[in-house]
Amino acid sequence: MSDLNMAQAMTAALDHVLAIDPAAVLLGEDVGLSGGVFRVTDGLQAKHGVERVIDTPVAESGIVGAAFGMAVAGLHPVAEIQFLGFAYPAFDQVVSHVSRIRNRSQHRFTAPLVIRIPYGAGIGAAEHHSESTEALFAHTPGLKVVIPSTPADAAGLLITAVADPDPVVFLEPIRSYRRVRGEVAEPPTSVPFGEAAVRRPGTDLTLISYGAMMPDVLDAADQLAAEGVEAEVIDLRTLVPLDLETVLESVSGTGRVVIVQEGHRTCGFAAELAASIQEHALYSLEAPVARVTGWDTVVPLRRAEHQYVPSVARIMAAAQAAMAGV
Amino acid sequence: MLEILQPDGSLAGEAPFSVDETKRLYAAMVSARTYDTKGTALQKQGRLATYASFEGQEAAQVGGVSALRADDWVVATYRDAAAMWMQGYPWANLFLGRTGDERGGSPPEGVNVLPPSITVGAHMIHAVGLAWGENHLGRDRVAMTFFGDGATSEGDFHEAMNFAGVFHTPVVFLCQNNQYAISTPRHRQTASETIAQKADAYGMPGLQVDGNDLFAVGAAAAEAVTRARAGGGPTLIEAVTFRVGPHTTADDPGRYRDESEEVEWRQRDPIDRVRRYLEAAGEWTAEWNAQLEAAASAEIEVAIGQAEALEPLGPGEIFDAMFETKTPQLDRQRGILMGGPDE
Repeated sequence: MSDLNMAQAMTAALDHVLAIDPAAVLLGEDVGLSGGVFRVTDGLQAKHGVERVIDTPVAESGIVGAAFGMAVAGLHPVAEIQFLGFAYPAFDQVVSHVSRIRNRSQHRFTAPLVIRIPYGAGIGAAEHHSESTEALFAHTPGLKVVIPSTPADAAGLLITAVADPDPVVFLEPIRSYRRVRGEVAEPPTSVPFGEAAVRRPGTDLTLISYGAMMPDVLDAADQLAAEGVEAEVIDLRTLVPLDLETVLESVSGTGRVVIVQEGHRTCGFAAELAASIQEHALYSLEAPVARVTGWDTVVPLRRAEHQYVPSVARIMAAAQAAMAGV
Repeated sequence: MLEILQPDGSLAGEAPFSVDETKRLYAAMVSARTYDTKGTALQKQGRLATYASFEGQEAAQVGGVSALRADDWVVATYRDAAAMWMQGYPWANLFLGRTGDERGGSPPEGVNVLPPSITVGAHMIHAVGLAWGENHLGRDRVAMTFFGDGATSEGDFHEAMNFAGVFHTPVVFLCQNNQYAISTPRHRQTASETIAQKADAYGMPGLQVDGNDLFAVGAAAAEAVTRARAGGGPTLIEAVTFRVGPHTTADDPGRYRDESEEVEWRQRDPIDRVRRYLEAAGEWTAEWNAQLEAAASAEIEVAIGQAEALEPLGPGEIFDAMFETKTPQLDRQRGILMGGPDE
C-alpha cells in the first residue's frame, strides 16, 4: 500500500494496465513527452514506448474516432481529452458511433475503449475548463459513465474500465487530483462498476453524490453529526450502471435525502435520481427529495466561481431543511 | 486524371487485369447493378425504407475493392453496397439493413466490413484507427474507406487525413466524387481544383482517376493498397464519377440538375465500357450476359427472401445489444415494455 493522491493513483493504474494488457494503448494530446496536462500519464511513454503512449495532433474528434477504430480492431485504447469543455468536438464520435456500434452490429463489432476526461471547477482556469456535464454522457444510450472520488477508486475503476467490453467515459475530478489522498494497493485493486460505496453510515438522512463533490459532502456530514444528525453518505462511483439498490435501501431507512451534484440543475443526474427515488420509495419519504446543484448558468470564471459550485453551507442548509421536513 | 479504359471500350493504357479477372469483375458489376435496380424497386413497393442508389458508381466500388485481400477492412457509407458486398458483406444483410433492421449490421465472422455509416464523414477516421490497430497488433491488414465529395467538406475528413498522414497508417481513402451531395454540386463543396490535390497538404499521394473506368480505379487502388501494406502509408484516390440516380428514393434530382447531365453520364456507363472491351476481345456474348443477369437476379432474390423471412426483433430484444451485459436500468425498462410494473 502507498499513500497517493488521485493523479498518482491513476498513473499507477495506467502503468499496471500497460504492463498486464498488451492490447492497451494510451493516446491524446500531450500524454507522452509531457505526461498530460495533469501529469496523469507522467513517465509512461518513457517506460512503455511511443507506440503505446501516443502523442496525437490537437483533434478531439480524431482522437476518439481513431481510438474507436483501434478498439474495433482489438486494442484497448485509453483516450485522454484534456478538459471536459474540449470534449464536445468529439461528441459526435461518442454519441453517433462509439456508443452505438455494438447495437448497430448486434454484438458483431464492439468498441471497448476508455475516454478519460478531467472535469469540474476549482482550479480557476479559463472558460471551458470547469464543466460538469456528465449528464450528457449518462443520457446517451450505450455508454458507461464512471466518476471516482478517491485515489483507490480512481485506480480500481480505471482498471475495470480498460477491461470492460463496452465503451466507458471516465470523468476525473480536477480539483481532487492533488487534494484527495489515500491508500492505494500495489498494484491497484480493481473496483467493480455498478456498486455504490457507503462512505459513512447514518440513520437520519441520506446524502448522495459522486466525484468532485464528495469531499464537501463528507465535510457536511461531519458538521451535521456535530449537530446530532447522522447522515448516511453514498458515493455512486458509476452513474451508468447505477446502483439504485444501495440508494433505495438507504432512503428507505432514513426517509430523507439530499442529492449533491456540481452539474447544471435542469436535467442533471440529480433529477434522474430524484425521479427514481420517488418512483420506488415514495412511501418511505419524510421530506421532499432535495437537490443541491450547480445552476443553469455557464460555470462562472474564477472570481465568481464560488457562486456556482455547491458549498458545504448549501449542503448543510438543504440537509437541515430535509430534517425539518420541508 | 488516370484513364485506361475508354468509354468506347478501347485501351489508353495497360489493362491491370487479365481477361478472366476482367470477366469476374464485370460479373460483379452486373450483380451490383442488379441489386441496385431491385433495391429501388423494392422501396417503391414499400418493402424497404429509403434506398440510396449507386447506379453509375459500380466501377469505383468494385474496382477499389478488387485490390483488397479478403481480411482487409472496408469502412463505407450507405451508398457503397457494391464495395461492401465485394468484401464479403452478404446481400441479405444489406437488404435487411434497408428494411429497417439492426441485424443487417451484423455480417458473418471474418468479414471485416463495418455496417454502413449513415452520418457523413465521421467514419473515415474509423478506418484510420482500424488500420493503426491492425498494424499495432502485428497484422498487415489495410483499411479502405469510401466516401463522397460532400464528405470532404466535413471537419472529420481533415482529422482523418491528418492522422493518417502523421501516423503513416495503412489506409486508402477512396473518394467517389459523384458530383452532387444531395442537391449541392461539387463546386459548392470545395474551391480546390481537384479533391485529389488535398492529399498534398497531408503528406500523402493523391491521384485522380476516371471513376467510371474499372481499370483506372483498379490500377490506382492496387498501387495504393500495395504501398499501404508495405508500410508506405496512406493514399487518397479521387474517383471521378456520377450518381446517375437520385440521392435516395426520397429525392427528386429534377429540382437541382438538368436531365441532360444524367444522359451525358450514361454514355460513360462503367459497365457498358467493360462490355465493349470484352466484346472486342471476343469474350462477351449476349447469352453469357443473360446468364450473369439471371444468376445475379436469382441470388439476390434469395437474399431478399432471407431478409424478409426474418421476424422483426422480438419483444424486449431492442435492449439486448446496448451492452455485453444489460445494466439493471435496462433490465427494468425491458420489464416495463414487456408489460410488467414499473418497479
